[in-house]
Amino acid sequence: MCLGIPGKVIETYREHDMLMGKVDFGGVFKRICLEHTPSAEPGQYVIVHVGFSLQVIDEAEAQLVFSFLKEMDELGELETPEP
Amino acid sequence: MKFQSEYRDPVAAQKLLQAIARTATRPWTIMEVCGGQTHTIVKYGIDELLPPQVELVHGPGCPVCVTPLELIDQAIAIAARPDVIFCSFGDMLRVPGSRTDLFATKAAGGDVRIVYSPLDCLAIAEKNPEKTIVFFAVGFETTAPANAMAVWQAKRRGIENFAVLVSHVLVPPAMTAILSSPTNRVQGFLGAGHVCSVVGYEEYEPLAQRFQIPIVVTGFEPLDLLEGIYRCVRMLEAGRIGVDNQYARAVQRSGNPGAMQLINDVFETTDRKWRGIGVIPASGFRLRPEYQAYDAQRRFQVHQLQVLESDECISGVILQGVKKPKECPAFGKTCTPEHPLGATMVSSEGACAAYYNYGRYRSSQTTNV
Repeated sequence: MCLGIPGKVIETYREHDMLMGKVDFGGVFKRICLEHTPSAEPGQYVIVHVGFSLQVIDEAEAQLVFSFLKEMDELGELETPEP
Repeated sequence: MKFQSEYRDPVAAQKLLQAIARTATRPWTIMEVCGGQTHTIVKYGIDELLPPQVELVHGPGCPVCVTPLELIDQAIAIAARPDVIFCSFGDMLRVPGSRTDLFATKAAGGDVRIVYSPLDCLAIAEKNPEKTIVFFAVGFETTAPANAMAVWQAKRRGIENFAVLVSHVLVPPAMTAILSSPTNRVQGFLGAGHVCSVVGYEEYEPLAQRFQIPIVVTGFEPLDLLEGIYRCVRMLEAGRIGVDNQYARAVQRSGNPGAMQLINDVFETTDRKWRGIGVIPASGFRLRPEYQAYDAQRRFQVHQLQVLESDECISGVILQGVKKPKECPAFGKTCTPEHPLGATMVSSEGACAAYYNYGRYRSSQTTNV
């Protein structure tokens, strides 16, 4: 739960007065709160902790970190279905 | 050799290891605080590749591991209630309480659900107005913005059938406790990169000055760790104190100010008990008074539960870096990931589980032959 997972912002929208986004984690799509990275735009990559984006990062770094987390078997939380 | 097969850039790893060996002229003990870093170190055998004069010890940076037994037992008591839907991150379900765990509570009929994000609990609350949805708000500073947002949103949207069982812990006070201990051997720290991406590292600067140590904010990939260790050894050899940032591509000195603002709006600092360590002053978060309606402990009056800690498990001294998992008589015998006696064997970020999963128990067994 401490390791942030990088994903690509696909679209952004507002919900309950929060900036939200659809984010692609290697083919797994999640609804993510983007409130703490207000500059994040579709096409950019963000680091996400438990459904919340906390940093915008560049694509190369995102790819490296994502493949490393996959290798470490640290992507399990993405499999949790939405309620 | 692990290098050739597993390191993304074995040449760079080899160069860093040679640089560390060349630089370290005497014994140094460095602690990594983050459980994710511990996982990487053990999987890649970094601690065994280092020159003998550089020792890595594993710190208490696994939120699953340090959540106190009282909170686990309170979670189980609340989750067993028929009027509750208990939600948690998945890692917490197998942590042993005094007598049982959340998985067994679920098997016995408790409505226990694994959620990806605390915001999912608000959706569950709106769909189930007749139940109270309780979220187990655990973690270090990395999960605090998400948990704070869930509470803030619940209040704003008037969702009253939602509460949080808070067990948030903070890294700098734990480092202070370790450095203040009479048994402390730690001379330098690798700071937890992802924690610092939220909070920054300004708070680490007075800590480095007070204890006259180097702290190197470090990422969690093998090359990050080797570079962090190299920078830390260089500072130790030069007698330099202060904070260095190896992970500048993801960490800024001031962290994420927006996230910090939300955390401070919802939470305030409090003394927290750490499993195996005891109470560390000002080492955790609790809800501010204006959010106490969302406090599950108050709502369900679970403060008074009596707890029963395993007398075989030595996770407390392991979490402080005083002993290694192989020094525990139960390790790999009566305590395994399938039947954990303590939380350090449950989470992939716990030192015991990392040692066990990457075959470190074999050498301990052969030494006993």
